Amino acid sequence: MSGRVLVGVKRVIDYAVKIRVKPDNSGIVTDGVKHSMNPFCEIAIEEAVKLKEKKLIKEVVAVSCGPQQSQETIRTALAMGADRGIHVEVTGKDYEALGPLQVSKIMAALAKKEDAQLIILGKQAIDDDCNQTGQMTAALLDWPQGTFASEVALEGDKVKVVREIDGGLETIKINTPAVVTADLRLNTPRYATLPNIMKAKKKKIANMKPADLGVDLTSRLEVLRVDEPPQRQAGVKVETVEDLVGKLKEAGTI
Amino acid sequence: MLLGLTHRRCLLKCRSVKSQTTRSAVVDSALSAFRSICGEDGVSLAAAVREQHGKDESVHRCFSPEHALLSRCRPPDVVVFPRCVEEVSAIAKVCHKHDFPIIPFGTGTGLEGGVGAVQGGVCFSLRNMDQVLDLHQEDFDVTVEPGVTRKALNAYLRDTGLWFPVDPGADASLCGMAATSASGTNAVRYGTMRENVLNLEVVLADGTIVHTAGKGRRPRKTSAGYNLTNLFVGSEGTLGIITKTTLRLYGIPESMVSAICSFPSVQAAVDSTVQILQSGVPIARIEFLDDVMIDACNRFSSLSYPVTPTLFLEFHGSERSLEEQVNTAEDITQSNGGSDFQWARDPETRNKLWKARHDAWYAAQALRPGCKAYSTDVCVPLSQLPQIIVETKEDLIENRLTGPIAGHVGDGNFHCLMVVDPDDPEELHRVHLFTERLARRALAMDGTCTGEHGVGLGKRALLCEELGHTSIQVMQGLKDALDPKNLMNPEKVLQLRRV
Repeated sequence: MSGRVLVGVKRVIDYAVKIRVKPDNSGIVTDGVKHSMNPFCEIAIEEAVKLKEKKLIKEVVAVSCGPQQSQETIRTALAMGADRGIHVEVTGKDYEALGPLQVSKIMAALAKKEDAQLIILGKQAIDDDCNQTGQMTAALLDWPQGTFASEVALEGDKVKVVREIDGGLETIKINTPAVVTADLRLNTPRYATLPNIMKAKKKKIANMKPADLGVDLTSRLEVLRVDEPPQRQAGVKVETVEDLVGKLKEAGTI
Repeated sequence: MLLGLTHRRCLLKCRSVKSQTTRSAVVDSALSAFRSICGEDGVSLAAAVREQHGKDESVHRCFSPEHALLSRCRPPDVVVFPRCVEEVSAIAKVCHKHDFPIIPFGTGTGLEGGVGAVQGGVCFSLRNMDQVLDLHQEDFDVTVEPGVTRKALNAYLRDTGLWFPVDPGADASLCGMAATSASGTNAVRYGTMRENVLNLEVVLADGTIVHTAGKGRRPRKTSAGYNLTNLFVGSEGTLGIITKTTLRLYGIPESMVSAICSFPSVQAAVDSTVQILQSGVPIARIEFLDDVMIDACNRFSSLSYPVTPTLFLEFHGSERSLEEQVNTAEDITQSNGGSDFQWARDPETRNKLWKARHDAWYAAQALRPGCKAYSTDVCVPLSQLPQIIVETKEDLIENRLTGPIAGHVGDGNFHCLMVVDPDDPEELHRVHLFTERLARRALAMDGTCTGEHGVGLGKRALLCEELGHTSIQVMQGLKDALDPKNLMNPEKVLQLRRV
């Protein structure tokens, strides 16, 4: 086994930012807005680094697809303990259309190229909430998948994954190589400390384009419109039970 | 000076003569001005909103000596929500014209009744000014608006390797923390707000905007002019409204280790603290819990710590330096009769070890369900700590009061968490007298009547005792110079001068 783990990290708008829709409803405002690593990707990196600290794997490679600024996200992953990074450059219209299908094709190609033993991804990104990339990547590679992981244990050439599902917790054992997606309770990601940020500057980030991996980025989706959720309307106070019943009838609810 | 005094007496007379209704009528006339500045949504007269902005986390009542009555603090007459410093200034000008009291409001997490609108007036809720501005990573500084809380700032900074370590417990507004000169468990290593505020933007009662260290300036040190920045730090909204603060940042610690140790006596615990500090260990947190507190924590969190004075310690540093720090500390505690020294490095075990300290407030309240916990706050030189704690515990027992003790022993600062029935005026009165005795005990030992919570409403008389007449006069002179009409948060910090 190569002992190499690929971790996908996505640059998204920071979770604390108030999102605003562009006036022409074509998308959301991203210019000048604070971006950071998707929180589930932080958890994925943390898990990979923990596995390395326990000496169960040998190398953590952080991967990000996007424009120049995605390198900052890779640097954060390196500061958290990843060994090296791969920046797959996607810009302009291609970047706007970049979605789970394209990213999973890239991840699958990289997994083969890097002879990865394990791919760990966040379960979903907080901007699109797709929750598809991990699953698609596994399908493209024909690898088993352990999604919504709240616990991961490497046992020889298998991985034991405890999954958070609606009914409770499901424990599965899958063969490696495999894809795992991280859920919220998998771990608490460490902060990048200044000394580690400084060390990370010396770690390598390889640059490549999707074409180098033979990946076609054509999207089959077109975003028609983005709208804000409807504004909350003020409530109405009523004086009597009759009034209440009357209003409910008016609204057609009874 | 004399003329000023007459003018003030006149104003005070006027204010006490104005009835409730007259006051409200005058406020109404200014409402359209407020609305045109802050927008329709930026002004609220709703009872619930006003009440929310008239109280904080204290159990303060307005104690009126003339009537010996305990009545709830009056909420403000109106709450405004300015969005930028220009709006703050414009509204302040309106208030200044009409002689309305001005009360700045951050997060309402204060502990000394600082936001109570004792004379009514206009509450400036600054929560919409919530931007982190101007982060300079290499210079270790950042400027924030009043709506930014310390947890929000640290979340913003998390990828930079920097943090703001002053931690008063609550998720307080950073500008509010500057206004009350907040401190916290980390002060022994990182200092309090006084040491960590580089510059302030302040709006005075007449709307003037002041940059205490010069606009945009952020040198790590300066000897330029009077220290205006630290004049406003701790002024509790009585000198101006803080609309920006520039803060000193620190590197996030590489690693942390937490430890806990039990001692046969308060003296042994304090001796260990002094020796740890003297040995040069850059200890990050050193917290003291007395036996009553540990017992409460044991019950609340189902723990089984020995019921005796206990120290909770936290060390920050590189892996190698931590080993040295912990070994030195362990040796010292052992030589002072300490036992059951446990320490942990991984986050889960560290949190478990410190859980008792984190839950102290709730554990104290759980001692008497239905009651509220009120925290006292005094600070004395380290050498006096054992004596003051012992005397305080005797006082508590003698007066049948529940007051487990938790303290930032590295600073000589401790809190009694008074668990009191908020609807029992007799008990409230006993607690009130106890806290006065406690403060006077601290003053008698060269200490202060408030280590970190501020003076607010309840400690104005004690402040006079602490500082003495001359210093109070100097403070009053500064107040008169900056706020001659006494509009800024009236009746806090300094007492009203008798008419």
